[in-house]
Amino acid sequence: MKPAPFDYVRAECLEDAVAVLAEHGDEARILAGGQSLMPMLNMRLVRPEVLVDIGGLPDLARIEDESETVAIGAAVTQGGLADWPDLTSALPVVAAALPHVGHFQTRNRGTVCGSLCHADPSSELPLCLALLEGEVELHSARGVRTVPADDFQRGVLTTAKEPDEVAVRARLPKARDGERFAFLEFQHRHGDFAVVAVAAKRSGDSVSLAVGGVADRPEVCHWDALPGDAVDDALNDLAWALGGSDDIHATARHRRQLVRHLGRQAIEATAAGGAGA
Amino acid sequence: MKKLDRNGRHPVRLTLNGMPEEGFAEPRMLLTDFLRHEVGATGTHVACEHGVCGACTVRIDGKAVRACLMLAVQADGAEIETIEGLAEADGSFGPLQQAFHENFALQCGFCTPGFLMSLSEYLEKNPDPTVEEIKVALSGNLCRCTGYHEIINAGLDAAKALRERRQQTD
Repeated sequence: MKPAPFDYVRAECLEDAVAVLAEHGDEARILAGGQSLMPMLNMRLVRPEVLVDIGGLPDLARIEDESETVAIGAAVTQGGLADWPDLTSALPVVAAALPHVGHFQTRNRGTVCGSLCHADPSSELPLCLALLEGEVELHSARGVRTVPADDFQRGVLTTAKEPDEVAVRARLPKARDGERFAFLEFQHRHGDFAVVAVAAKRSGDSVSLAVGGVADRPEVCHWDALPGDAVDDALNDLAWALGGSDDIHATARHRRQLVRHLGRQAIEATAAGGAGA
Repeated sequence: MKKLDRNGRHPVRLTLNGMPEEGFAEPRMLLTDFLRHEVGATGTHVACEHGVCGACTVRIDGKAVRACLMLAVQADGAEIETIEGLAEADGSFGPLQQAFHENFALQCGFCTPGFLMSLSEYLEKNPDPTVEEIKVALSGNLCRCTGYHEIINAGLDAAKALRERRQQTD
């Protein structure tokens, strides 16, 4: 299908985008890579009055290595981040997850921030944002605010971003010495959305596990200590607590089983080395 | 700030396979439709129109992308390569086309331009892929004649031919 008609604004600076959003609110949509928005436009699931293209803004196309975090601008593509030479050392779990985000052809245009704002519950980058307790910087005519991951993604395709706000960058904390990570997912075909995806982080005795594809957003569970003989019970409790449901891709029971199995594999991988080794 | 009105037809100038092309597009016109209907380059095929099948894959500024997930107005000023640009200057098959021909890597041929344009970028990044790597690289292109086995072999043969060509010119 073809998109319904809309006006198109090529933003020449961030202020352009903010001004259009201030004027049009939820009648306007930000277009960056378009790999989530364009399918929805083509299927007429969204019919904005105006599209604001920020994909060409050089200021937003930067990956900035800050002291404790990495700031990823709204025009940085998933492929661009995957090619960043410091990715494996700075963000090992993102390096492990990115090859699972769509296909290389969609990663060539799809942006990291776009994926976070689309907020699909089974999508990999929101899972990484949740595990790492990153944050998203939102700009509007009213000002700038920074929203932590746990407050940003609210549910299925729903975030804290107001209609007049544009996500300008995401900040992800860099891996610290001694932290180990792992990422695993089950999908029916390579490049499909995950049925269940898990990302684990170990720091000393403490373990965090983020689970996508089960609840209506990625959820993170922390354990101060998780001895090997406690893992199965902990994951069983988590699998039930996430409250997954049946859909065309998998039953709730299948999802619980995937949480138990992928969760154990990911947690064991962090003990053995994992993506951060 | 440049605003393009929804009812207007706006000029789009791009480079297609090395040649300048120009046409007009409403903001909502997809790049696929611009290439096929405005420029007349019908080698780029349109199937799912939501980014799943890969039939419309073209290269924009070197990168293989879904032309159905891009607006024509976004391609203004871009360098675009399509299946029409893969043949040699004398009109004979390029290495990718030759490998598909020799491996019977197409049946109906509808998906073929997308496979070739995906491989065209991929084999530049990874000139000596394994079978597993080729499978992952091609997972974003669907063939409903189920000819994947031959397509994978063609990809490996094309990689070899391109490596040999590079050795001759280096």
